[in-house]
Amino acid sequence: MHEWALAEAVIEAAVEDARKEGMTRIREITVRIGELQQIELDPFTFALDEIIKLHGELLQHAQVKLEDEPAIFKCRVCSTEWHYQKASLNEAEGEAIHFAPEVAHAYMRCPRCKSPDFEVLQGRGVTIQRITGLK
Amino acid sequence: MDPRVSVVDKRLAGIERIIAVTGGKGGIGKSLTSSVLALTLAQLGYKVGLLDLDMSAPSAHVILGIDGIFPEEEYGIIPPEVHGISFMSICYFTGDEPAPLRGEDITNAMLELLAITRWGALDFLIVDMPPGIGDAAMDVIRWLKRAEFLILTTGSKVALVTVKKVIQMLQELQKPIVGVIENMKMRESGLVRDELSAYNVPLLGAIEFDMDLEDKIGDAAALAESTMAARLTEIVIQDPRFKLSQN
Repeated sequence: MHEWALAEAVIEAAVEDARKEGMTRIREITVRIGELQQIELDPFTFALDEIIKLHGELLQHAQVKLEDEPAIFKCRVCSTEWHYQKASLNEAEGEAIHFAPEVAHAYMRCPRCKSPDFEVLQGRGVTIQRITGLK
Repeated sequence: MDPRVSVVDKRLAGIERIIAVTGGKGGIGKSLTSSVLALTLAQLGYKVGLLDLDMSAPSAHVILGIDGIFPEEEYGIIPPEVHGISFMSICYFTGDEPAPLRGEDITNAMLELLAITRWGALDFLIVDMPPGIGDAAMDVIRWLKRAEFLILTTGSKVALVTVKKVIQMLQELQKPIVGVIENMKMRESGLVRDELSAYNVPLLGAIEFDMDLEDKIGDAAALAESTMAARLTEIVIQDPRFKLSQN
């Protein structure tokens, strides 16, 4: 389960940031889940819970709040913007993008001019939005 | 905040030495040398990984004839072992499709691979570096904190002018340089030695230009018998800079 690796990254980053900020307890970690990566939420939250248990006091009562972020793309050639739902991907292509979202450039095209030269305006993958806690 | 950077060290923690193969110019044989070096080390009995960090034009899989396999998913992704090498590349996900990636995309794709790949315990991880000293190379230098750099050049002034910049930059950043290998050597010349004499970097040896090497591309067994492999074996066996700490 590849979600475990991403969950580990979230917790490592949160711990690193909390220590930098001088926190003694992390209260809440807000994680934004970009649609493009098609994270499976059940294994991801399971992994977060399990990894949190492995840490000591700093994460003892930590809650993880997940926010969805729709994926939006913009063509660099004709400026068309489109949503992930408009991308017609087969299962193998979706799976490849799940592991490395940038490979979307191999499988997706601008729906208007068919260019592969587009940017992901939002919703690429997993990011930490906020960490709150006690100092 | 991007959480992935924080987990890179952890992913590489079981690797004793990370050798990043670099050189200023494209076309000087970085991918071929990285691949054959990984094969050579595997044949010498080391546990070896090979990471192709050329996101736009990955080629190590073509060199080693790797096709039709996909990494296993287990708490991340496990690089498949092929020819005794744990091999990771973006090629598993792009297939033969062109993936036109810009700078930020390349950075993101490389970081994703570094964050999710579980290498386990390795003696050596050979990294085929992105070409040049642009964004991608600078990102890798920043993330792979324990990397030691093996620099490739040819005996051409055109390659050397850039190689000198790479050496200077790595030295300014206080990054360890394993040494310089002259690749595709066509004639005896003191040019490489003379041009690099001011930089205090070890010259590890030279690999002669091999007219038959192209015929061995895609055939790992044939590559392991090539002149390049023979020279790399000599360098690895003879040079103390390739020793592991327990040797």
